[in-house]
Amino acid sequence: MSKMSENETTIAPKIVETGLVDRLGELAPLLLVPALAVIGFAAIGSPSTWITLTAAGLAMGMMIFIMASGLTLVFGLMDVINFGHGAFIAVGAFVGFTVLGYLIGWTDEPSVLLNLAALIPAIIAAMLLSGGAGYVFERFIVKPVYGQHLKQILVTMGGLIIAQQVIVMLWGPDEIHLARPETLRGSVVIGEAAIEKYRLVAVVIGLALFIAMRLVLNRTKIGLLVRAGVENGEMVEALGYRIRRLFLAVFIVGSALAGLGGVMWGLYQETITAHMGSEIMVLIFIVVIIGGLGSVEGCFIGALLVGLLSNYVAFLMPKASLVSTIALMVIVLMWRPQGLYPVVKAK
Amino acid sequence: MPEPLLTLQGVHTHIAQYHILQGVDLAVPAGGVAVMLGRNGAGKTTTLRTIMGLWSASSGRIRFDGTDITGLDTPAIARLGIAYVPESMGIFTDLTVRENMVLAASSGPMDDARVDWIFSLFPPLKTFWSMPAGNLSGGQKQMLSVARAVIEPRRLILIDEPTKGLAPAIIKAMTAALAELAKTDTTILLVEQNFSMAKSVGQSVSVMDDGRIVHSGAMAELAADPDLQERLMGLSLEAHQ
Ligand SMILES: Nc1ncnc2c1ncn2[C@@H]1O[C@H](COP(=O)(O)OP(=O)(O)OP(=O)(O)O)[C@@H](O)[C@H]1O
Ligand SMILES: [Mg+2]
Repeated sequence: MSKMSENETTIAPKIVETGLVDRLGELAPLLLVPALAVIGFAAIGSPSTWITLTAAGLAMGMMIFIMASGLTLVFGLMDVINFGHGAFIAVGAFVGFTVLGYLIGWTDEPSVLLNLAALIPAIIAAMLLSGGAGYVFERFIVKPVYGQHLKQILVTMGGLIIAQQVIVMLWGPDEIHLARPETLRGSVVIGEAAIEKYRLVAVVIGLALFIAMRLVLNRTKIGLLVRAGVENGEMVEALGYRIRRLFLAVFIVGSALAGLGGVMWGLYQETITAHMGSEIMVLIFIVVIIGGLGSVEGCFIGALLVGLLSNYVAFLMPKASLVSTIALMVIVLMWRPQGLYPVVKAK
Repeated sequence: MPEPLLTLQGVHTHIAQYHILQGVDLAVPAGGVAVMLGRNGAGKTTTLRTIMGLWSASSGRIRFDGTDITGLDTPAIARLGIAYVPESMGIFTDLTVRENMVLAASSGPMDDARVDWIFSLFPPLKTFWSMPAGNLSGGQKQMLSVARAVIEPRRLILIDEPTKGLAPAIIKAMTAALAELAKTDTTILLVEQNFSMAKSVGQSVSVMDDGRIVHSGAMAELAADPDLQERLMGLSLEAHQ
């Protein structure tokens, strides 16, 4: 070989083309949501029913995404399995409902401004307190068991039980009912289909949060650090960053988002209970596993799939709803054992 | 003689129940390239990881530039000006080449002149600046890993086998780049099995075996003494030419 060509191999850039199949593989999960919607349409038949159910499914999916996004990052970053995540959902819901209860004069008025004046402080209080609960939970419950999976499961479950008992102590053992703010009641009618206003709002909030989260993860240094940390935390430390501090921040933000999801879910059901968190957690774990542990995009798609499927099946075969989401998880894992968007892990 | 930049004194490291480093004594003088040789499994990587705080020494002392860094955690050690290029390269494959570099510049925005200098050392990084680093070839990843270590001025760079698995042409480019780096104020501790590469860039050399340093001295001395080479490294040296 001549000197010249040696130099060329050194310098000449070699473009590694991603093959068509690879690229399709990356897009395939994105197509699942429309595909499921089309299958739903075929199975349901009536367009107006389908529109109503699809809106309900998307709204439910968005709320699950908001609650689940923190959990998937917490797992990705430090391999922490947090069975106590549901506690933040309940804390957020109870705090939010309490504030709304005080401001019932404003929520019952048919004025968008007054309703917002009640909702905004309720949401802020819910997120602050669930974020604060997240801080305490991380420092006293999760931190002592970093790296020990079995202990994490036991200890975080214990934390969840304690949190539920504290809620019962403070708010009593009964369910709490609260009507939605006046302007969020009722439906908009499109042709023959009725879509609850609240569901539209939930979809808008969920989409906005997903976009914001992607921007932070892709465009800011903190976001890049989180993504880098999910892949190789050791290297992030070797570059001079404290991964545990990053993890604590993600944990707190994730808990605050769970709290926001809790308020939204509570208003969706118009009822909350101390153990609401552990009930939703089943769906949240399914979503996080479908998406690929550590992947926000996967979590988003997984949540929409679970939301749509639950609503379609609840209409077609009431009672088979949970079974159908578990079946969905099994099918996805048979196709992609690491979930829709497997996260690359060093080592 | 001035105090060495880095000294290890009687360092022992246990990984789980295994006693891997068994009293490592090592002095890396300031400036230039210090090479560490040794057969597979001798404990070279473990030594670098222990310096970086990724394993903790169970006994012994590690001093860097007059400071005892033995018990410090990894980020604190990095912030003292020590960079690490691991054997596995530690590239963030999901991030672009540029984003990898942005994170490596831990004390602030990247310096443009320095980025240009890095492009002159490793031209492919310029071409693939906005591509996901996971798409780079093995040699290009190795370049990125070294480039990350030098995006800001560092006192000491620990580099673990940067030529492993690379084609001869790329090894030449990497050797040239390391020689260029060694002209700056940066000191390099280079773990290397490719003796001809080690010979061409290193001023001092230490040889590790079974978790101990079994020889240290000037590179010229070892390079000129085939008997010593044979005795220290036996066939492993030839095998890795
Ligand atoms: N995580 C670990 N757990 C248990 N043993 C380990 C671990 N890492 C390394 N070892 C052991 O420690 C010893 C030294 O390993 P080390 O990686 O430091 O060798 P090395 O000199 O870098 O070898 P090579 O040239 O193959 O890279 C080996 O016997 C190895 O099996
Ligand atoms: Mg090694």
